[in-house]
Amino acid sequence: MDAETMTAPDLSRLARQRKRAAWAFLAPMLIVLAAVAAWPLARTIWFGFTDASLDQLGNAQWVGFQNYLHWFDYGNGQGEWEGVLADPRWWRSVWNTIWFAGLSVSIETVFGLVIALVLHRSFPGRGLVRAAILIPWAIPTIVSAKMWAWMLHDQFGIVNDMLMRVGLIDSAIAWTATPGTAMFAIVAVDVWKTTPFMALLILAALQMVPDDIYEAARMDGVPAFRLFRKVTLPLILPGLLVAVVFRTLDALRVFDLIYVLTPNTDATRSMSIYARENLFDYDKFAYGSAASTLLFFVIALITITFIRVTRMNLERED
Amino acid sequence: MARVELQAVRKSFGTVDVIHGIDLDLASGEFVVFVGPSGCGKSTLLRMIAGLEDISGGELRIGGEKMNDVLPAKRGCAMVFQSYALYPHMTVRENMAFGLEQARLSKREIEERVTQSARMLQIDHLMDRKPKALSGGQRQRVAIGRAISRQPRVFLFDEPLSNLDAALRVDTRIEIAALHHRLHDTTMIYVTHDQVEAMTLADRIVVLNAGKVEQVGTPMDLYERPASRFVASFIGSPRMNLIEGATAEAMGAACVGIRPEHLHVAQDGPWAGKVVMAEALGSDTFLHVETAEAGRVVVRIPPGETPTPGTALHLAPDAARLHRFGADGAPLA
Repeated sequence: MDAETMTAPDLSRLARQRKRAAWAFLAPMLIVLAAVAAWPLARTIWFGFTDASLDQLGNAQWVGFQNYLHWFDYGNGQGEWEGVLADPRWWRSVWNTIWFAGLSVSIETVFGLVIALVLHRSFPGRGLVRAAILIPWAIPTIVSAKMWAWMLHDQFGIVNDMLMRVGLIDSAIAWTATPGTAMFAIVAVDVWKTTPFMALLILAALQMVPDDIYEAARMDGVPAFRLFRKVTLPLILPGLLVAVVFRTLDALRVFDLIYVLTPNTDATRSMSIYARENLFDYDKFAYGSAASTLLFFVIALITITFIRVTRMNLERED
Repeated sequence: MARVELQAVRKSFGTVDVIHGIDLDLASGEFVVFVGPSGCGKSTLLRMIAGLEDISGGELRIGGEKMNDVLPAKRGCAMVFQSYALYPHMTVRENMAFGLEQARLSKREIEERVTQSARMLQIDHLMDRKPKALSGGQRQRVAIGRAISRQPRVFLFDEPLSNLDAALRVDTRIEIAALHHRLHDTTMIYVTHDQVEAMTLADRIVVLNAGKVEQVGTPMDLYERPASRFVASFIGSPRMNLIEGATAEAMGAACVGIRPEHLHVAQDGPWAGKVVMAEALGSDTFLHVETAEAGRVVVRIPPGETPTPGTALHLAPDAARLHRFGADGAPLA
């Protein structure tokens, strides 16, 4: 007996039809994704292995791993390692990016959770507050970054003015130019901007928790904090983790905020900033492509690891 | 163990009054059912006793103590919710123990109580499962078990059977009756819109309508001596036939009521009519008859030959079982 006689011809024709329809529906998205994501990514990876420069993209030659790492011989028996992987500025930017992502996402998660818990209660004017809280999220980053640049300005900024008036600082601080404060300025602005996003996602998770179990807990006299830790938090954890993954992905490719607020500062140079500098400012297109490729793999690695770890947790919860 | 007293208890949401001054005195160990159509305020009243809703006016006493401003957990009540309200991320054991952990009980005592009530409800083999892995009936048992293990003075049930299928509902109803028998000194208050549950479970029934008590009494009291037209039509299944117009006026009432079981097919009966529909249930048959004198009425006849639609027949009411009501719905002597 072969496969033909085992399946009824009518059924298999129906199945084939369904399969064709599925592909027809998927095709537009696959084509768009290939054009705007897969192709540029493949080109970037390819350029990272060539000697391409901005004015000579057409006749780029394959150079292997030279842009990533190679031994540069001085000719006198001495030499040094060169390439992105040997560049301390690259590693500084990796560290900056991870530090920024870790710090800002942690603070946003805590603030977002607190705000979501408050918004979950019913109080007069809740609808208005819910809408108002979204404003920072709705403003384009370039606009809000520029706005904060002025507010944090060392001479004319309102932040310095207010802090000096209440006596917290004696003299104006150049928040974005001082290495010690630049990163915190960036984190503060990012927290201001994206906490609403976090709060909204967590609020959605909170609203999925049925009200009746809170009533059961009231009958049992469960204290508020214990109720939060033992009931609310475990139940919103899946939603919370999705929000954290979204935000982490976003934070790891941070660019516009730093580009506007603290350009050319070692203290805040992120991986994206580093790649752009090399691609366009220094005319090291191939080198910048190699950095972009590494950026892609660093983000992929961190995200996959995070999802793996949390999915294990989720399965344990179920 | 605890008497529950309500004195002129009121509830209003903003300017809307939903409970209009209710007086009730429930004896310790009594099984009382609040019954009424949806929106009559029965669940609200239960939640006010539980402490989940504030009391707008009047006084609530449990065991002689004023409870208006006492926290729900301190009232000695345990509640079984319609939706079970189990913690979805906890096992059955954790669900049952979680509430007890607040009560400053020793680990051993918690374990003992949980095991005991689990055994009582025959859910001891499900202790390590999560609610998701349980059937509706099992979830309801866990919810009841959780309430039992708190050893409450007053047991509150908020429509506990409405999410179960018909067969399971009957079984669980019988189990709740057995539970009351076993926990005979625990006062139980049970809310339902199903008059069969009310009739079968209650020592006393409180019929509520539009936030007011219509009648309080034993099931047979309510069945035999309804204090209003509303109670007459609400208690009993199928509903009592209510007849208005000339036939009622001839008997000196605005409305007369006769239950389907008190109407008989008789050749010399005063009401002539035609069968519209016949429902043969096996143990009984209900005939829907269109009559000139009494309008459309339902008659219970013994099983056997079922008249087909269109059959002409005469009906005779059992005169001693006629209920006469005045224009205000109150019964006439």
